[in-house]
Amino acid sequence: MAEQDWMSEVRGMVGREYGRVYAWDQVNEPMIRQWCEVMGVSNPLYTDAAYAATTEHGGIVAPPAMLQAWCLEGLHMNNYPPGSTTENPYEVLKLMEGQGYASVVAVNSDLSFERYVKPGERLYYTTRLDAVGEQKTTALGTGFFVTLVMSFFSEKPMGDEKVGSLLFRVFKFRPANLANPVKPVEEGNAAAALPKYKRPRPGISDDTRFFWEGVDAGQLRIQRCKGCGSLRHPPGPVCSSCHSFEWDYVEAAGTGQLYSFVVMHYPEVPPFDYPNPVGLIELDEGVRLIAGLVGVKRDEIRIGQRVKVEFQTFDDGLTLPMFRPLEP
Amino acid sequence: MTSQNTRRFDTVRPGETLPALPIPITVALIASGAIATRDYFPGHHDKDAALALGSPHVFMNILTTSGLAQRYVEEWAGPAAVFKDLKIKLGAPNYPGDTMSFTGEVTHTDAASRTVVVSLKGRNSMGNHVTGTATLVLP
Repeated sequence: MAEQDWMSEVRGMVGREYGRVYAWDQVNEPMIRQWCEVMGVSNPLYTDAAYAATTEHGGIVAPPAMLQAWCLEGLHMNNYPPGSTTENPYEVLKLMEGQGYASVVAVNSDLSFERYVKPGERLYYTTRLDAVGEQKTTALGTGFFVTLVMSFFSEKPMGDEKVGSLLFRVFKFRPANLANPVKPVEEGNAAAALPKYKRPRPGISDDTRFFWEGVDAGQLRIQRCKGCGSLRHPPGPVCSSCHSFEWDYVEAAGTGQLYSFVVMHYPEVPPFDYPNPVGLIELDEGVRLIAGLVGVKRDEIRIGQRVKVEFQTFDDGLTLPMFRPLEP
Repeated sequence: MTSQNTRRFDTVRPGETLPALPIPITVALIASGAIATRDYFPGHHDKDAALALGSPHVFMNILTTSGLAQRYVEEWAGPAAVFKDLKIKLGAPNYPGDTMSFTGEVTHTDAASRTVVVSLKGRNSMGNHVTGTATLVLP
């Protein structure tokens, strides 16, 4: 099948509704208690009948985040309880698998609750294929975001009652890194296998080496033209005033004022802390440089406030000049 | 431990931060969380299967993340809070040996419905494992 053909088949499926998928078990106290044990949930509403009776719920209820779990098929894939639809609500994912998009990760789970469910209730859900995005490439690989909306009901003799809904989005993709399989980790040493995210190191050239050697020595060094004596930053090979190639440096006092700033919010890239304030600092010597701001809350940053350098060391000995506001 | 002291709507203000909660990520938590949520996908309990999928170890399933997010919010809110929604988005995976630290903040309150919206983040060594919001009705 040509790519357009199978994609138009996928597009044609969007909006399709799928029938009931039942829960294997009624909502029940043992499964609730075990879920709470594993999650570390100690809210007595879910496990202490005497307490729960005193609440607006009138008795034990299931933790709301359990809603989807009641209706999962369990150990055997696609083995749904009697009465469930014979359609496959996930057929779009199977179709993508056939085109080589073999892997899947869950991305979004948006649960909404009409009410909490109680032991004894029998749940089922129906599904609507809500959306299939354009092809995207992420760090994981290339594929499609697929959004399903599930409506959860409790079966009642006088008419079934909606108890909640779930917008569930997955990324169905061709993995990017299967060509470089990861190494198995030693037992008990799982942490060593985690990728380590470090700050990017500066590119150091003959023009900038003096600056970074200064930082390592706890000095803030500013390049000075030997021809006309003017200071400049960032460092470069030639003076923009007199065009001299001769230069040395002076050690700055490390104090100045905030000339401008930006606060980074999104995307959050490790290993930085967010919100991440970055300042353009005008040193008392007259040149400006860009550096991270520390010790200040986002809404307390003021242009013109006095700041002072401090040297912080990250990761494997990477030292950076950071600026901290001085007390007014 | 959930405080028996229920947080009351009248005492909550936007900008209030929730106490941080670090959660050690272990094989036992990942595997038992997957089974407690009836998710038998092999990547959540079988290391060989996880390796074949390109992961260094088993990784936490989204239903466990939802459960932990519920716990984090209700440990602050108390047992009388009622969830109206719980919306989460996953980022970096949770692998064994890491620690996920939850932080949260009240971002919105509505007096008419006595609802508060809490935004939360669960961060591990690779970045945010989860970001999300929960809407609660408080007494």
